[in-house]
Amino acid sequence: MTDSRPVLTMTGISKSFPGVRALHDVDFRLFPGEVHALMGENGAGKSTLIKVLTGVYGIDEGVIILGDEQVAFSGPMQAAGAGVSTVYQEVNLCPNLSVAENIFIGREPRRFGAVHWAEVRRRARALLTRLDLDIDVTAPVASYSLAVQQMVAIARAIDVRAQVLILDEPTSSLDAGEVEQLFRIMRQLRDEGIAILFVTHFLDQVYRIADRITVLRNGTLVGEYPTAELPQLALVEKMIGKDLDVLERIEEQPRPELATLEEGTPFVEVSQLSRRGAVAPFSLTIHAGEVVGLAGLLGSGRTEVARLFFGADRADHGDVAVSGEPASLRNPVQAINQGIGFCSENRRAEGIIPDLTVRENMILAMQAARGWLRRIPRRRQDELVDKYIKALSIRPANPDMPVRNLSGGNQQKVLLARWLITEPRLLILDEPTRGIDIGAKAEIQKLVVQLSDGGMAVLFISAELEEVLRLSHKIAVMRDREMVAHLVNDDTVDADRVMQTIATGTQREEANQ
Amino acid sequence: MSDANLRLRTLVGHRLFWPVAVLVAMLAANTIYRPGFLAIEVNNGHLYGTPIDILRLSAPLILVALGMTLVISTGGIDLSVGSICAISGAIACLYISEAPDQNNLGMVFTALAMALGVALVLGAWNGVLVSIIGIQPIIATLILMVAGRGLAQLITEGQIITINSGPYRAIGLGHFLTLPLAIFIALGAALLIAAFTRRTALGMIVESVGGNREASRLAGIRSGRVVFLVYVVSAACAAIAGFMITANVSSADGNAAGLWVELDAILAVVIGGTSLAGGRFYLSGTILGALIIQTLTTSVYAMNISPQTALLFKAVVVIAVCLIQAPAFRAKFGRRRRGTPPPPAPSPQRQKEEVPA
Ligand SMILES: Nc1ncnc2c1ncn2[C@@H]1O[C@H](COP(=O)(O)OP(=O)(O)OP(=O)(O)O)[C@@H](O)[C@H]1O
Ligand SMILES: [Mg+2]
Repeated sequence: MTDSRPVLTMTGISKSFPGVRALHDVDFRLFPGEVHALMGENGAGKSTLIKVLTGVYGIDEGVIILGDEQVAFSGPMQAAGAGVSTVYQEVNLCPNLSVAENIFIGREPRRFGAVHWAEVRRRARALLTRLDLDIDVTAPVASYSLAVQQMVAIARAIDVRAQVLILDEPTSSLDAGEVEQLFRIMRQLRDEGIAILFVTHFLDQVYRIADRITVLRNGTLVGEYPTAELPQLALVEKMIGKDLDVLERIEEQPRPELATLEEGTPFVEVSQLSRRGAVAPFSLTIHAGEVVGLAGLLGSGRTEVARLFFGADRADHGDVAVSGEPASLRNPVQAINQGIGFCSENRRAEGIIPDLTVRENMILAMQAARGWLRRIPRRRQDELVDKYIKALSIRPANPDMPVRNLSGGNQQKVLLARWLITEPRLLILDEPTRGIDIGAKAEIQKLVVQLSDGGMAVLFISAELEEVLRLSHKIAVMRDREMVAHLVNDDTVDADRVMQTIATGTQREEANQ
Repeated sequence: MSDANLRLRTLVGHRLFWPVAVLVAMLAANTIYRPGFLAIEVNNGHLYGTPIDILRLSAPLILVALGMTLVISTGGIDLSVGSICAISGAIACLYISEAPDQNNLGMVFTALAMALGVALVLGAWNGVLVSIIGIQPIIATLILMVAGRGLAQLITEGQIITINSGPYRAIGLGHFLTLPLAIFIALGAALLIAAFTRRTALGMIVESVGGNREASRLAGIRSGRVVFLVYVVSAACAAIAGFMITANVSSADGNAAGLWVELDAILAVVIGGTSLAGGRFYLSGTILGALIIQTLTTSVYAMNISPQTALLFKAVVVIAVCLIQAPAFRAKFGRRRRGTPPPPAPSPQRQKEEVPA
């Protein structure tokens, strides 16, 4: 497989941004018919290497050879024309255009000079069927969840007849089923001789699909290895540059019993809350210090439940009580005033303010809660921001850098900090570890445990079932926009059992609700 | 890289470098053309001269542009400011013209308060259309841009209202501490807005709403209120500008007062470095932008360029300023860097096609 000549060779690549050396003398090769994983911590330079290749940024130094020619693309369009098809880390589709239009934008099939719309829709449908996705291709992309949007972006990329396919964290918000589907197609394309560059923070995925691994650390090349010769522990060590005592197991710490937590009035209690088209009526109680996990497949209504708790969407029916008193959560301001925080899964559309600095992004929610007249004193801002830059190891540790210049994972950490700063009583985390490297992921999981031990309630959503199981005291299972089961996360509950509940929707054992 | 070299780069990279450079260049060109251009004389304890005139005449534009800056920062635009100038000027002049004693200070203040009140209502109307009903700002304010001219005509009954009021005239032509009063009014407004946005968190919140409205809402910002507020502020600024414009000529012309000022104001904002897409805003840049536009207008008149060519001339200068400000343009012609250069004001991410993170 790798005895042929590389289709892509990057040699001695360097790229600096003001004050940041993102890549320094990096070599990278890609062979036809291989899946090559590019690994590294948040901010290691993975996305930058990809953007330098596809011409989003110019390079400072280095040579890129594609096929037999030296290339320097002026932008993604030109790169795609030359056979390098890319899905960038942040889904960038046109939200107002339909799914079909997004897939064929810039290369619409034509008939008699005009766009052949019926053909566009037909081919879009066929493509998505290949990815096992059955959606209305005429609906605007913005009406679908982030995961679906990610699938649409992937569909667009694989439809181009490419020699090189680049996927920058394509699986970050996908569930196991979709990942499986994507891998099937990746294998198929690989067998057709296409070279695939794949970035992810999920190690298990790397070992399932990648033939070779290139590791970056701090913008420099650590090495290139055949997957079979690099055991997982060694890979992690190469990525973070030290061994993994951070990843000590969390379960081993003693945690308060659910029974003790559930004494007294719950912090939030919702009953028969519903929103037409989003979630069927559900009831859920969350006590102080409790971590409640939401499990379910893509589109099962997890995010919708979270949004109702925060007032991001308005519920049609149902009652809410906060600390035993009837309350209303009709908009985010009300929710925040009750001590609820919400970290959205869609950091680009609903999270970061790209122009503002790291500092401003972090203090935004706290400042909004204080009102604009009572500006947080600069000294206090510095204290808070420094504290969380350290606690979450945000890099570069420069509070005055516009947040858009941070790597994806670091942006995610800034958002988390925004809510931690407000010291909420209930923190809703929708895919908080999306795009975060393994070291930081363990840190964040530890943080969730610490916070809940300190009395904060957490509603935790993750596509990774293991993560939900590890952190939650109890798990609410979603299926087809319905909450089908409440499970107490004791010794009898494991991934298989949750999967079974998700699949069948039956509540074999009713737990304390 | 040598220290001096580095300092030079930092200077050139500064946000306000190019607007200042253009302004200086224009003043220099004028001085070469007419050596007496920069001369300032003292007469009756007041300062006179072309530079003073430029400052005085730019005052209304500065006011309108300051309000416009906030509106644009939220991602909106306010096309109705010219009409609001005309309406507020007309109301004030009408009230004054009907008063028994046009020089009564209290009466003039009543007139101003009334006109300002109406302007605030008009601003609130814009604000409601945009923030509550959700109409696109350009359409929402277009309504008042067109209808407002008619309203001004109705108030003046199609006539030009002429007044003879000392206190009112002073708004446009009066002096204070040897300088025209209008300069102090514009300066006062600028300081007030700067204090309100930068001493409090309002500025950041406005920028946040303009940068990403949905994210701001989810962070607990009442985006609607902020958007509403900036249109009201913009209308208030326009009203004061309207007073100045009508006071300058002691008459209110519903058709001519504040005509096309919205376009000049938008230009001033853009020259000042605030993006039409919303987000970060720069008040000092806006003021410089307004001064550039007024200097341009004045020099065109001073050089006896015919009005037809004058507009063309203006367009050329504006294009030039916008070009040197544009990151893409700078990247193309200014890229000769090595190592880690000092941070230029705009991020290099926009150098090419935008693909976020
Ligand atoms: N436009 C930019 N301006 C300034 N710095 C940038 C810019 N883009 C990236 N960087 C910096 O370059 C470094 C590498 O970023 P990059 O996005 O390549 O990381 P990454 O490996 O993709 O990380 P992640 O896993 O979080 O996505 C980071 O320190 C980042 O802050
Ligand atoms: Mg990345």
